Amino acid sequence: MKIGTPKEVFNGEARVAMTPDSALQLQKLGYDCIIESGAGTLAGFSDASYQTAGVSVVETAADLWGAADIIAKVRQPDDAELQYLTADKTLISFFNPGGNAEGMEQAKSAGATVVAMEMVPRISRAQKMDALSSMANIAGYRAVIEAGNNFGRFFTGQITAAGKVPPAKVLVVGAGVAGLAAIGTSTSLGAVTYAFDVRPEVAEQVESMGAEFVYLDFEDEATDGAATGGYASVQSEEFRNAQLAKFREIAPDIDIVITTALIPNRPAPKLWLADMVAAMKPGSVIVDLAAERGGNAEGTVPDEKIVTDNGVTIIGYTDFPSRMASQASSLYATNIRHMMTDLTPEKDGQVVHDMEDDVIRGATVTHAGEITFPPPPPKIKAIAAQKKPEVKELTPEELRAQETAAFKAQTKTQVTLLTIGGLLLLGVGLVAPASFMQHFIVFVLSVFIGFQVIWNVSHSLHTPLMAVTNAISSIIILGAVMQVGSGSALVILLAGLAIFMAGINIFGGFLVTRRMLAMFQKS
Amino acid sequence: MDFGFTTAAYVVAAVLMILSLGGLSGQESAKRAVWYGIVGMALAVVATLVGPGAGLWIVSLILIGCGGIIGYLLASKVEMTQMPELVAGMHALVGLAAVFVGLNAHIELGHVQAMDAEAKHALDGFAALLAKKSGVEIGILRVELFLGVFIGAVTFTGSWVAYGKLAGKLSSKAFKLPGGHGLNIAAAAISVIALFWYCNTGGFLPLAVMTLAALFIGFHLIMGIGGADMPVVVSMLNSYSGWAAAAIGFSLGNDLLIVVGALVGSSGAILSYIMCKAMNRSFISVILGGFGGSTGPAMEVEGEQIAIDSDGVATALNEADSVVIIPGYGMAVAQAQQNVAELTRRLRAKGKEVRFAIHPVAGRLPGHMNVLLAEAKVPYDIVMEMDEINDDFPETDVAIVIGSNDIVNPAAQEDPNSPIAGMPVLECWKAKQVFVSKRGQGTGYSGIENPLFYKENTRMFYGDAKASLDTLLKLID
Repeated sequence: MKIGTPKEVFNGEARVAMTPDSALQLQKLGYDCIIESGAGTLAGFSDASYQTAGVSVVETAADLWGAADIIAKVRQPDDAELQYLTADKTLISFFNPGGNAEGMEQAKSAGATVVAMEMVPRISRAQKMDALSSMANIAGYRAVIEAGNNFGRFFTGQITAAGKVPPAKVLVVGAGVAGLAAIGTSTSLGAVTYAFDVRPEVAEQVESMGAEFVYLDFEDEATDGAATGGYASVQSEEFRNAQLAKFREIAPDIDIVITTALIPNRPAPKLWLADMVAAMKPGSVIVDLAAERGGNAEGTVPDEKIVTDNGVTIIGYTDFPSRMASQASSLYATNIRHMMTDLTPEKDGQVVHDMEDDVIRGATVTHAGEITFPPPPPKIKAIAAQKKPEVKELTPEELRAQETAAFKAQTKTQVTLLTIGGLLLLGVGLVAPASFMQHFIVFVLSVFIGFQVIWNVSHSLHTPLMAVTNAISSIIILGAVMQVGSGSALVILLAGLAIFMAGINIFGGFLVTRRMLAMFQKS
Repeated sequence: MDFGFTTAAYVVAAVLMILSLGGLSGQESAKRAVWYGIVGMALAVVATLVGPGAGLWIVSLILIGCGGIIGYLLASKVEMTQMPELVAGMHALVGLAAVFVGLNAHIELGHVQAMDAEAKHALDGFAALLAKKSGVEIGILRVELFLGVFIGAVTFTGSWVAYGKLAGKLSSKAFKLPGGHGLNIAAAAISVIALFWYCNTGGFLPLAVMTLAALFIGFHLIMGIGGADMPVVVSMLNSYSGWAAAAIGFSLGNDLLIVVGALVGSSGAILSYIMCKAMNRSFISVILGGFGGSTGPAMEVEGEQIAIDSDGVATALNEADSVVIIPGYGMAVAQAQQNVAELTRRLRAKGKEVRFAIHPVAGRLPGHMNVLLAEAKVPYDIVMEMDEINDDFPETDVAIVIGSNDIVNPAAQEDPNSPIAGMPVLECWKAKQVFVSKRGQGTGYSGIENPLFYKENTRMFYGDAKASLDTLLKLID
């Protein structure tokens, strides 16, 4: 089958969905690659470089759409492009299925299969084809660069012969992929970076990138990011107010604000209000990465750079990835190539559209004459749910009941054991002579004391315990000493030997125990 | 000196002995407790020497002195890693002493019974005690000394074999003569028959037959137990030596012997129980030796063991915040405790949290690892028991397994057919990364495959534990 990439028709779009590198990989999967002449020019890939990689170059878009079975592109297709779709074609592209019902309808009626790259589920296995993340990464980086370009000062603090330069203070709102990329870039340029996100669990990630997390003084049920597939969700009014109050408090100190807050399928929340913009110092820069959805900052004009009355620059570009077309193209092309790998399990150049596969099912919006959007929730949770405390707090009554039950059971076993033991003792007492009973009682009591005492011995002291019991078991020496006075030579010999051996044991055992115990010490 | 003084001294000695064991409940009080034991023992010996019936006390003193010197030399030069052998060897001495004392009692008994009434009257001490006994009491006395000799003999050969196995002089594999436990049962039956015989006749022959049978039981029983079960065996023999002393105490009518024998006996019994529980095995199955037949094929282990060099381990350790070290018998064998302690010191100096996780049956003796680590001056408050630390593994960055195998085997939890299924183990595989320091790819004492070594987050750090740690220490500054 043939994979083709047309030149992007959207005004100003410089990215391309196939690079010479990705074409080589696609050919290994068994596909033939074709590209529209000039498609890669803006991204820095000439037709010649494609030809070197074995890609055939066709002159017009119509030729390309006609020849290719699979069309990989970047931007959502326009009406003219959708006209080219037929039943046997597969389109892989950003498609904005949530806001593009007409396009889906058109693709459905044509019978074509459309794979929307933004619908790739956020599960570990699909990360390699997560184009949103790779584009967001670029956007975050570029946002800092754009901000620096419009910021008249250093990022890093310096003390020079010509005076002291304070470091720039950067606030990143929303610590998703773009936000984290922005944090990383900003800290590596030397700025003091703060970051905020409504999901408190990302604080750790923020801190790992070297920024300081801005905590709110707000007590509420923290939203578990896992429940929403790792995305932020709508916040309560109280939370929003606390958040805005915090931003208002820090706005005068911040030099650069980068907002990346987006909630899936909703307009961007307004987080940086006009009064905060007004409170900022002249020369400050706001980069609004959410401009496409209306912007997080008040005053953002999509695709424009404006300067407010108090000298704050607000950048509302929506094409950050396109501004780094070469990098963005190679990442996007790699995402596409991974998608094709999953679609081509046999590596034979034939697409197997497995609708049972979580990733493929999730990304497919039209297939076999039907609209398959929205997809069912993926079988695998994107992020492990946060551990809920499992142990249920027992009420005092339950605790008491439990204790009583345990106590009763304990009493029962003890009484049973005592009764049995007592009866046994009585039984022995009935038959044994008094002189024996006297010793026997001593014996039983000693065993009892032994059990009581030994249970308290700490675990780490079991070896010393063994050594010390070994030492005192040489008490057998008493027997030998009592016998050694006997008249018989044999008895004296045996008793002497016993004394000798027990002597070894007494000294050896106690000494070893002391050596061991002397070693135990506190830190 | 009269009998009253001896009895009083015995009471004091008994109290001191009880305090001595009770004091072991804490590290600090234990140091005091040993002195109680020493004083109690000295008091008991002196009271007996000056008490009624003891003659030839100069000979006794000389013998005690000679034995003492040998004991002192042995105990001062023994390596801490050889502690298990030493303890086992000393049990053998106690067992043999019990056999001798029991035989003496028999000889004396024969002696006294042969005398006429007048001569009996002139006797003193132990012999006098014997002379006063009635017919029933003589019968009981025979049973007591018979038991004392039996237990003593089993303890003697059993401890001797245990010593050989621990010292590596005998193969640690379970070994049985053809006939297996049948031989033990036969020997036990012979002993029982000999008991009746002896009670009826009072002759020396049944006693000798029984002694031989008991010596055989001790030998064969312990030979049949594998090296991994040695902690239980040593504490069990410890218990036996106590019961032997108690039985002799009965036959000699000496209360202190009974008291101390019972203390030692119950202490050993409890220790054996704790050890068995830690291995999730019944006492019977340990004594019967080897592992019971597994009920199905063992789970297949998938994956491969991935090796790592000291650079990799050092990098991980330098980056880790929390480290848990799990020492085992391998550490003792390689004498690596000093290096482990040095590693701990360096990591702690860098502000990392380092702790030790000790499985109850790690090593070959209860508490073996604690003693070794204490010798290397690892502070005891970072040495944790299994239950204290098992829940912390998921938050641990690096777990280092040094020379332990079965006690970190996940098969105990995952594979119901595993011979160690259900045994509580240290769940080190839940740590973010696990390094296993091990000599080679062989299996541990129990001969079971360890799936831990094949886990994704496990890296094998092959080599002698001491040498490996030496190279590792150079890389951690």
